[in-house]
Amino acid sequence: MGRYVIKRVLLVIPTLLGAAALVFVLMRLIPGDVCVVRLGSSGGTFDPKAVALCHAELGMDRPILVQFLDFVWGFLRLDFGTSMWSGAPVTSEIWARLPISLEIAILATVIAIAIAIPLGAISAIKQNTWIDFVVRVFAVGGIATPSFWLGIVSLLVVLDVTSALFGAPWMPPIEYVPIWQDPIRNLSMAALPAVTVGYRYAAVSMRMTRSAMLEVMQEDYIRTARAKGLINKLIINRHALKNALLPVVTLIGIEFAFLIGGLVVTEQVFNLNGVGRLFVQAVQNQDYTLTQALVMLTVMVFVICNLIVDLLYAWLDPRIRFS
Amino acid sequence: MGIVRASVKSALGVALAFGATTAMAEAPKRGGVLTYMIPADGGPSLDGHRETTYAVVHATAPFYSVLIRVNPDNPSSTTDFRCDLCIEMPKPTDNGLTYTFKIRKGVKFHDGSALTAADVAASWNKIVHPKPGVASARENNFVMVDTITAPDDETVVFKLKFATLTFLPALADPYAYIYSKKKLDQDMHWYEKNILGSGPFKLVDYQIGQSIKGERNPDYYHPGQPYLDGFVAIFAPKQAVRTDAIRADRAALEFRSLPPSARDQLVKELGDKIKVQESDWNCGNVVTPNHQKKPFDDVRVRQALFLAIDQWKGAQALSKIAIVKTVGSIVFPGSPLAATKEELQQMIGYWPDIEKSRAEARRLLKEAGQENLSFELLNRNVDQPYKYVGTWLVDEWSKVGLKVAQKVVPTGPWLDEMRSGDFTVALEANCQNVVNPIADVGRWLPHEVYRENYGYFADAEMIDIYNRMLKETDFAKARALMRQYETRINAEAHQLMVTWWYRIVPMRSYVQGWKISPSHYLNQDLANIWLDQ
Repeated sequence: MGRYVIKRVLLVIPTLLGAAALVFVLMRLIPGDVCVVRLGSSGGTFDPKAVALCHAELGMDRPILVQFLDFVWGFLRLDFGTSMWSGAPVTSEIWARLPISLEIAILATVIAIAIAIPLGAISAIKQNTWIDFVVRVFAVGGIATPSFWLGIVSLLVVLDVTSALFGAPWMPPIEYVPIWQDPIRNLSMAALPAVTVGYRYAAVSMRMTRSAMLEVMQEDYIRTARAKGLINKLIINRHALKNALLPVVTLIGIEFAFLIGGLVVTEQVFNLNGVGRLFVQAVQNQDYTLTQALVMLTVMVFVICNLIVDLLYAWLDPRIRFS
Repeated sequence: MGIVRASVKSALGVALAFGATTAMAEAPKRGGVLTYMIPADGGPSLDGHRETTYAVVHATAPFYSVLIRVNPDNPSSTTDFRCDLCIEMPKPTDNGLTYTFKIRKGVKFHDGSALTAADVAASWNKIVHPKPGVASARENNFVMVDTITAPDDETVVFKLKFATLTFLPALADPYAYIYSKKKLDQDMHWYEKNILGSGPFKLVDYQIGQSIKGERNPDYYHPGQPYLDGFVAIFAPKQAVRTDAIRADRAALEFRSLPPSARDQLVKELGDKIKVQESDWNCGNVVTPNHQKKPFDDVRVRQALFLAIDQWKGAQALSKIAIVKTVGSIVFPGSPLAATKEELQQMIGYWPDIEKSRAEARRLLKEAGQENLSFELLNRNVDQPYKYVGTWLVDEWSKVGLKVAQKVVPTGPWLDEMRSGDFTVALEANCQNVVNPIADVGRWLPHEVYRENYGYFADAEMIDIYNRMLKETDFAKARALMRQYETRINAEAHQLMVTWWYRIVPMRSYVQGWKISPSHYLNQDLANIWLDQ
């Protein structure tokens, strides 16, 4: 097990280097650069000397190979440098946004698990009954509805309903407050985005739980358990559900990783100053250093989530060995 | 321009405007915290001297003083400048070559240190004569300045290389914050990451990409101001969020502009809880044909391009859906240097009879052998108003048989394609802060003089007229030269100004004291705002 974990962690290094090289090249293929955007986007007159100076300050006047080696060297020392846009250290830029993205991802995952696993299992157990149909409609609805659209609609509904009920429209706060400073304000800001993201997440997981459960319920060992006279509850909880969760855990892991940097539109709809919004901002501003660091962060999150999923496999199915 | 309450569509608007004005005459109330939104993801650095985006001014102007400024109680005027740190607006001496400013005594930076003329001179030298390695975004606005000195603690002297009408408006630049000389001497880049001013508010907290907060500066030098206890500015790039936030009173306003649809929605839903201030805006879009690309090297084709556009009707229709309204040429329509309607209608692209104009366009295209011309319009991936104006232009051009495809790209590639000359026709932006027409129209100068002119044309006559205008101190003569300059641009169809933007600022009715200006960069120190709650 220990050797397996070390091997997996070591494999992260070439993955990160490959991703680093790819994003370095791709970012520079986009026409324009951060200095021109910074000085020219407001439509006012600006001095081309300022652009040249900006290039020199950011080291963009150096040969591309030197820039790449500099980036790799910094990366190896875990020094991602400073944002080309704000001049702030990349780590502080990301650190400022990580809590809200992490919070939404965790809340959405909790919502998804709380909905998907019981409903998916019930739907499989009650296959082709009205309960199954209701759950399937609920799941298909979640898959078919984009989270951002649901976010916009839910916000409008909240505004209209509160306006009708209390005479004054209400919406969640638009400024983030950490949960340890003001839990109520924090949760009132995070709840709606977590629910809208969690619904789609739950729908996908629910479908997976249902189909995995249906497959497991046909297995010989379930039939044997029934033949032995085990009570149905024990068969489902101990034998069926645990085995059916293997693909669900994989899905949850991937979805969680995606949520850390992928809530691009949802974060904009609810004015959440998260990693997804930062990602878009970095690409739009052509902030190479920040984009590179964010890609690295995303790759790391995916790798770590995959590793956790693999380790969970062993707990769920002791037959799996990591040799 | 004016203040309009409740329904801007209503004929009652004008009458209600007087109501609003009367309300503003009430004695300001002290206290309260103003929450407003900045329609951006966050500024780059915090240094106003080096940045160009409004996000920096909207976030940091409340912390700083400036030497002079547009009159905060009359910001719609294009000629009314007042002292901020100085005591009295100076009369130029030495044939207009010397301006001597007397600086207020007893002004303190927020750290308690005294602000003197040396700080003012050091700040202005950083802007006008930046040291190697120090960026100044508007350095080329001050080509007329020779030296800036502080002979004593209360005097700052600007010596000019030549007398010009552009100097005082340029000096009212809202980004020209007065910094501490001590801090600048220690590190010229200190202000990129730190805030230390002498303005109406002191910094409380800055959360990158999230918000910036300030509290009242008890030592502020304008008596009684600021009225607010503090402010919270929240970065909110999405327009729907900003509209919803005003509706739910999560924020009182945003200072840039909302489109007409958002204004109408807020007015409908909030009734007398909302009021709206509107103004012509010192911003607009410019159609730029690339003179280096055939057939746009042919003046007849360029003229046909401009003659096909019905600006008068188009601006009227567009104003219902986009943040544009007023027809004008290169000078901001509210300025005394701007062309009158009669003068405007003589110029190509502004003829009042559109049928005659389009017939001429067709004739010119035929003469140039370009009746079936098709080309690409390079546009920026920004809804308001770029994509609206771009789509309208494509339709206008189709009326003379031109087939135009709109290519919409993000800001970076849009700027890059224009800078590299890799486009045929582009829809550009022109957005200035203080209305300073002679300086502002410098952007129309040929590429050899103004490197960021993407028309890539040569025109020695234009340069000559501009240089004479720049050094002209007689207003009437400057105006005549401006007409020559403008006529030259339009006759040669170098570039065409289309539809000046229109600023619409809906705000909760309890916000008092703030007056709209022709620029979203101006009047942002919040010192005169108070809350009627």
